[in-house]
Amino acid sequence: MSILAVKDLAIHIGAARPVDGISFDIAAGECYALLGESGCGKSMTALGIMRLLPAAAQVTGGAVGFEGGDLLALPESGMRDIRGGGIGMIFQEPATSLNPVLTVGRQISEALELHTALRGAAARARAAELLDQVGIPDPLRRLDEYPFQLSGGLRQRVMIACALAGEPRLLIADEPTTALDVTIQAQVLDLLDELRRKQGMALFLITHDLGVVARMADRVGVMYAGQLVEEAPREAFFAQPAHPYSVRLFAALPDAERRGGRLATIPGSVPAADVRHEGCRFVERCSEVMPECRSAPPSWRDVDGGQRVRCFLPGAAPAVAAEVGAGDTAMAAGSTPLLEVKDLQVHFPIRRGILQRAVGAVRAVDGMSLRLMPGRTLALVGESGCGKTTAGKAMLQLLRPTAGSVQLDGVELTTRSSNELRPLRAKMQMVFQDPFASLNPRLRIGDIIAEGMQALKVGAGDAAAKVGPLLEQVGLRADMVTRYPHEFSGGQRQRIAIARALAVNPQLLVCDEPTSALDVSVQAQILNLLSDLQRDLKLAYLFITHNIAVVDYLAHDVAVMYLGRVVERGTAEEVLRQPRHPYTKALLAAVPRVDGARSEVPKLAGDMPSPANPPAGCHFHPRCPLADESCRRAYPAETLFSATHAVRCIKAV
Amino acid sequence: MIQPVVLWSDALLFVLIAVIVALTLWARRQDALRAAWARVLKDGVAMAAATVLAVFVLIGLLDSLHYRARLPDQPGTTARYAVEVNSALDALLSDLRLRAEKTYSAPLATHLYAKEALENSTQREFPRLKHGGAHLGQDLSNREFDIAIRVSRGCAGGLVIWLLLATLWCRVRGLELMASLKVGAGGTASGAIFITLLPILLLFGIAISLGGGYHVFGTDKVGQDVLYLSLKSIRTGLLIGTLTTLVMLPVAVLLGILAGYVGGWVDDLIQYLYTTLSSIPGVLLIAAAVLMMQVIIDTHPQWFATSAERADARLLALCLILGMTSWTGVARLLRGETLKLRELEFVQAAQAFGVGRFAIMRRHILPNLMHIVLIALVMDFSGLVLAEAVLSYVGVGVDPSTISFGTMINTARMELAREPMVWWSLVAAFGFMFALVLAANLFADAVRDAFDPRSSV
Amino acid sequence: MLAYIIRRLLYAIPILIGVNLLTFALFFVVNTPDDMARMQLGVKRVTPEAIQKWKAERGYDKPLVWNAAAAGSATLTDTIFFSKSVRMFAGDFGRADDGRDIAREIGQRMGPSLAIAVPTFVLGLFVAISFALLLVFFSGLFYIIGGQWLVSKVWHLVPISGYSGGLDAAKFLILPVIIGVVGGIGSSTRWYRTIFLEEITRDYVRTARAKGLPERVVLFRHVLRNALIPILTGVVVVIPTLFMGSLLTESFFGVPGLGSYTIDAINAQDFAVVRSMVFIGSVLYIVGLLLTDLSYTLADPRVRLQ
Repeated sequence: MSILAVKDLAIHIGAARPVDGISFDIAAGECYALLGESGCGKSMTALGIMRLLPAAAQVTGGAVGFEGGDLLALPESGMRDIRGGGIGMIFQEPATSLNPVLTVGRQISEALELHTALRGAAARARAAELLDQVGIPDPLRRLDEYPFQLSGGLRQRVMIACALAGEPRLLIADEPTTALDVTIQAQVLDLLDELRRKQGMALFLITHDLGVVARMADRVGVMYAGQLVEEAPREAFFAQPAHPYSVRLFAALPDAERRGGRLATIPGSVPAADVRHEGCRFVERCSEVMPECRSAPPSWRDVDGGQRVRCFLPGAAPAVAAEVGAGDTAMAAGSTPLLEVKDLQVHFPIRRGILQRAVGAVRAVDGMSLRLMPGRTLALVGESGCGKTTAGKAMLQLLRPTAGSVQLDGVELTTRSSNELRPLRAKMQMVFQDPFASLNPRLRIGDIIAEGMQALKVGAGDAAAKVGPLLEQVGLRADMVTRYPHEFSGGQRQRIAIARALAVNPQLLVCDEPTSALDVSVQAQILNLLSDLQRDLKLAYLFITHNIAVVDYLAHDVAVMYLGRVVERGTAEEVLRQPRHPYTKALLAAVPRVDGARSEVPKLAGDMPSPANPPAGCHFHPRCPLADESCRRAYPAETLFSATHAVRCIKAV
Repeated sequence: MIQPVVLWSDALLFVLIAVIVALTLWARRQDALRAAWARVLKDGVAMAAATVLAVFVLIGLLDSLHYRARLPDQPGTTARYAVEVNSALDALLSDLRLRAEKTYSAPLATHLYAKEALENSTQREFPRLKHGGAHLGQDLSNREFDIAIRVSRGCAGGLVIWLLLATLWCRVRGLELMASLKVGAGGTASGAIFITLLPILLLFGIAISLGGGYHVFGTDKVGQDVLYLSLKSIRTGLLIGTLTTLVMLPVAVLLGILAGYVGGWVDDLIQYLYTTLSSIPGVLLIAAAVLMMQVIIDTHPQWFATSAERADARLLALCLILGMTSWTGVARLLRGETLKLRELEFVQAAQAFGVGRFAIMRRHILPNLMHIVLIALVMDFSGLVLAEAVLSYVGVGVDPSTISFGTMINTARMELAREPMVWWSLVAAFGFMFALVLAANLFADAVRDAFDPRSSV
Repeated sequence: MLAYIIRRLLYAIPILIGVNLLTFALFFVVNTPDDMARMQLGVKRVTPEAIQKWKAERGYDKPLVWNAAAAGSATLTDTIFFSKSVRMFAGDFGRADDGRDIAREIGQRMGPSLAIAVPTFVLGLFVAISFALLLVFFSGLFYIIGGQWLVSKVWHLVPISGYSGGLDAAKFLILPVIIGVVGGIGSSTRWYRTIFLEEITRDYVRTARAKGLPERVVLFRHVLRNALIPILTGVVVVIPTLFMGSLLTESFFGVPGLGSYTIDAINAQDFAVVRSMVFIGSVLYIVGLLLTDLSYTLADPRVRLQ
C-alpha cells in the first residue's frame, strides 16, 4: 500500500516546465530517493507535493495521492493539516531555514500546538523530548537558544525536530546534508535512518549524491530534465544502472581506481526547462543515439526485478569504458620543494570593549607546515572552518600571515612588500571556488584573461594574441573572447578562471574547492582538464578540498587539517589507505560510499570547536575516541611513520 | 539680429545632454547595459513616462537657449541690445508673455477677478480683460460656442499631427498602423509611446488654439498668464533635478568607493565626515547655507551684469548646496556595496595578479556599482523637484524673480485666503509638477527594476 | 552590550564637535559679522557706526577665535567662537534678534510641536505598517485592481497637496495630523512593503508554511518579527527629531511650534536662531542614532547575545 502516489505531476513557470509529468509511488516506511543534477526539477517536485511552490510556479496537471486522498484537490485549510501533520519537510540550508529571531523551543512548540493537543509546559516538555530524540545534548538549555547560537549540524537536527513534532507519516528531505560537513552528514543520515526505522515513517529523500542514495534508499528514481528516466530498487540500480544517463553518472565519479585515467564526462549540459522535446530528453548528450530517439519520447520499459527505464535501448546501457590516461602525471619526488611553508599562522584579532582592544584572536591557521614538490598535487583536506582556505590565501600573500615562513622556489614571501611581490606573482596563481563570483561580470572574457598578463607584463605586448590559444587550451573556442561571463555555464566559467591563471605561466596553482559548486558530470570535465594541464605544463597544484573522492582520484600527497593545524600528512597512498590519526580515520569513514559498504570506524560525535577558543592540548581530544588525560596536556609533536608520513597524535600506531 | 547669451546653467545643461548622448552611444556597445536598457525600452509604462519626460525636457531645452534682442538701430551708433534676457521659449510664447492683464483673472475668463471703479462711474464693476476674450467684442453670448469651436479645432489639429507622426513611423519601420500600436511591437514599446503622444498632442492643440484668444489657466496677481509661468517653471525643476545630482555624484562615488575599498583611517575619516554632515537636519543645513550664500550675493552686486545672471548664479548655488548636503546617502550606499564587492573572488583574483589599488577600483569596483549610481540618479530626480518646492516655500529656494513651481506655490498660497478663492495658480503648478514627478517616478521604477538584480519582486 | 553603548556615546562627541565647527565656519568665517550686519541693516543706509552698534548689541564685536587683547584664559573665552559656539554645549544659545532668549523660546515651543508630531508619528507608523502588511497579504487581489500601483505612486505626492486640502480647519490639531499621516503613507508603505516582500521570500517562511501554519500566523509571528528589525532602525532615529516639529505643517497651520519658529527665523534672517536650531537638530539626531543602536540590540537576539 503506497502512502504517496504522484501521478503525472506537471509544474510550469511561465513557458518553462521544470517538472513535466512525473509519476512515482512511495510505500509506507520506505525510503525513496530522487536523484538528479541541479536544475532537473527535484526540489520543484517536492514543493509541488507540499503545495508550497513559489508564486510564479503553478501545478498544471496530475495528481498527488496521499493516504488515499488527492492533495491537489484539498482546500488550503485541509492542506495545512497535511503539512507538518501528515507530511513533514526539511530543507537544504539549516542556516536560513530557521527563523532567526524566535527561540528553538518556540519554533518546535508552535508545530506541536498546531498538530497535537499539547500546550504550554506539556508542549515544552515534548519539545525537549524531541530535541533529545534527534540527538541534541542538554535539550532544556537549547530550547531557549536562538538558531544562530547553534552549529550547522545542530540546526539541521532542530529542523528535523520541528518536522517530527506533528508525527508525520512521510518526511520529505530536500538535500538535507548538502550544506553540512561530511562527518556531520554521517550523523544526520544516521539519525534520519534510525527515525525512519523506529517510527515506521516513509522518507522521500532528494539528493544529487550517489553515496547518500547508496547509504539510505530502498528505491531510487533518477530524474532528468523534468522527468523520471529510471526507477529501480537500490541493489539493482547500483549493480546495473539501465539508463545511459545513470551509467554516465557513475562513470563520472572520481575515485582511486580511476587514478591516472580520465573520468567519463557527459558532453553538454541539462537542457533549459523551456525547451520543447520531440524525442528523448537525453538525446543531445547520449552516446547511444538511435534514429527513433529523436522522433518520439521513449516509454517505460521494465528491465527486471522492479527496475524500469525510459530508453529505447534494449537491455541495459553498456558500461562506459574508462579512457586510458597517460599514466600518473606526477614528476618524481626528491627534487627541491617548490613551496615550503613553515609554522604558518594567520590570526584575526577579536576586538571587544569600549576601546576595541584585541582581547583574543581567531586562530584560523595556527602553525601549519607543508612542502610541495614541483609538478605534484598536494591535497589540503579538512572540514569547513578548519582554516584551509585561509591557509591557501596566506601562502599566496592575499592575506598577510601573522607569523611563519612561506618560501616559493627558495624565495621568502612573507617579508616582501606588495611591490616586491609583484614579479613573483606570475609563479603562483589561484583558482577560486565559486565560478559565478570569480569573474567580473562587466568585463569581456578576453579582458579577464589578459588582465594578469598586462598587470605582470607577461608576454609583453601581444597579450590579446595569447588569449585565443589559452581558451583553446582549456577546451573553449578562441572566438569566445568578446563574450561576457553571464553567457557561460558554471563549468565553462571555471575553465575561464583556469585560463586566466594559466595566462601568466605559473608553476604553482592553488585550487580552492574548484569543483564543489559543480555537478558531478561537470566536475569530471574540470578534473580531467586539471590533470591534462599538469601533464603538459608540469604544474604543481595545492588542491584545497573537503571531497575525499576527488583527493583519492588526483592527489599525490595529502595533508589533513583540523582546527588550523595539519594533523596528518603523507603520500595519498599512506594517508588514505593506512590513516594513522583518529580524525583522518573518522573523516574517511564518514564518506558515504557508492558500494554501500559501512565502515567499522566509529562516527565522530559533536562539532568542530571554535578556532577562537581551541581546546587545550590536542585540539581533537574532545571528539576523539582514543583520548585520555595525557591528550589534554600538550599539543602532540609530529610522529614519523615513514620518510613522508607524519602524524600529530600520541595514540597513533 | 540677436545676441546669444549662454548662462552658466545653460552651459552645464548642454554639457549634461552631451554626456548623456555619449554615455548612450557607449552603453549601446556594452552587452549587459544594452540588455538592461532593452528591458526598459520594452516596458510600456516606462516608455509612456519617458515620452512625457521627453516633452518636459524639450520645453526645458527651448527655455535654455537665451538671447538678448537687438534694439532698433539709432543712426550713428553701434548695435544695442536689450537688457532683458529672453529664451527661445519666450519667443515662441511671446503672445502669452506680452498679453498681461492688470491682475487676477480666472481661466478662460473675459473679466478681471477684482472689481474696479470704472471711469465715469461711481460703481465698482468687474472690468473687461484687455486680451482674454477680446476678439469676442461686446457680444459675450457666444463665448461658450467659441470655446467649443476652439477646443474641437485644437483636438483636430493634434489628431492630424499625431496621425502624420504615426504613419511616418510605420512607413519607416514597415509596420501596419494598428499593429504598431500593440505594446512591444518592433522591440520597443512604441505603442505605449504613441498612445501617450496622442493625449499630449491633443492637449497641446487645445492649448494653442484656446491660448490664442484666452488665458487658459487664468492670470496671477500681476496679470501674468499662468500657463506661461507653468511652462517656464519646467526648466527650473529640471535643472535642480539634474544638476544637483551631477554635482553630488563624483563626490559620492569617489568617497564611497575609497571608504569601502581602502578602509582603515580613510574609511574612518570619510565615515566621520558623512555622519557629521547627515546629523544636521537637511532643511536646516540647506537654509543656513542658502542664507550665507544670500549674504555673499547681496554684498557683491558687481559680480553680475544682468538680473538674469544673478538669478542664475543663485540657482546654481542652490544646486551646489543641495548636492553637497545630499551626497552622504549615496556615499554610504556605495561604501556598503564596495565592502561586499571587495570580498568577491574576482577582486581577489586581480589582487593575486598584483593589480594596483586604483586599477582595481576603476576596473572591478566602479563598473559593478554603476547600476546603483544610475538608480540613485533617477530616483533622486523627483525628490529634488519636490525639495525645490519645499525650499522655496520655506524661503530659501531659488531667487524670487526666477519662475519655479516653488515660487508659484508660495505666491499662490497667499491667494488661497482670498474670498472667493484664487485656485488656478496652485492647480496649474500642482498639475505640471504632478505630471513631471509621476513620470519621473515611473521611469525611475522601471530603470531600477531593469538594473537592480534584487528587485525581481 | 554596555561597552558597545558607551562606545557609541563616546563616538557622538567628535560628531557634535564637527557639527559645531561646521556651523561656526558657515556663520562666521564664510561671511564676516560685518557682512551680516550690512545685509541686516540694508546696503544703502549703512554706516560704520551702525555696523559697530549692530555687532555690539549681539556680541559679534569680539575677535573670532583668539583675543590677543584679553588676558589669561580670556584670550580664548572672550571670542565669538567661545561665546557663540562652544557655549551651545551648555545649552546657552544667546538671544534672538528680537531680544528674546532662544533657549526659553525653544522650551516653550516644544510642546505644540510634540502635540502634532507625536500623534502623526505613531498613527503614521501604525497605518503604514498595517497597510503594507495588507498589501503583501492581498497582493494578488490588489494587483488585479491596480490599486496598489496607484496608492504608492500617487500618494507619494500627497504631502504637497496638503497645502490646499487643509485650509478650512487650520485651528484643529486633527487635520494637520491626518494630513501628516496621509502624506507619509505613500513613501513609508512602499518602503515597508519592500521589506515585507523581501522577508517573505526567505527560507524560514517556507519552513513555517511547511509546518502547516496558517498564513496569518506566518505573517504576524514570523515575517513581522523579522521585518520589524529594519523598520525599527529606520523609525527610531526619527523619534528625537519629533521635538523639532514639522516645518511645513506648523507654519502652514500656524502652530506656534519649533518648526514655525525656524521658518520665521529663516525669513527674518535671524542667524542666531537658525544656528541654534542647527545645533539642537544635530544633537537630537545623534540621540536618535544612539536610540537606534540600543533598540537594535534589544530587538535582534543575534546582536543582543553576542
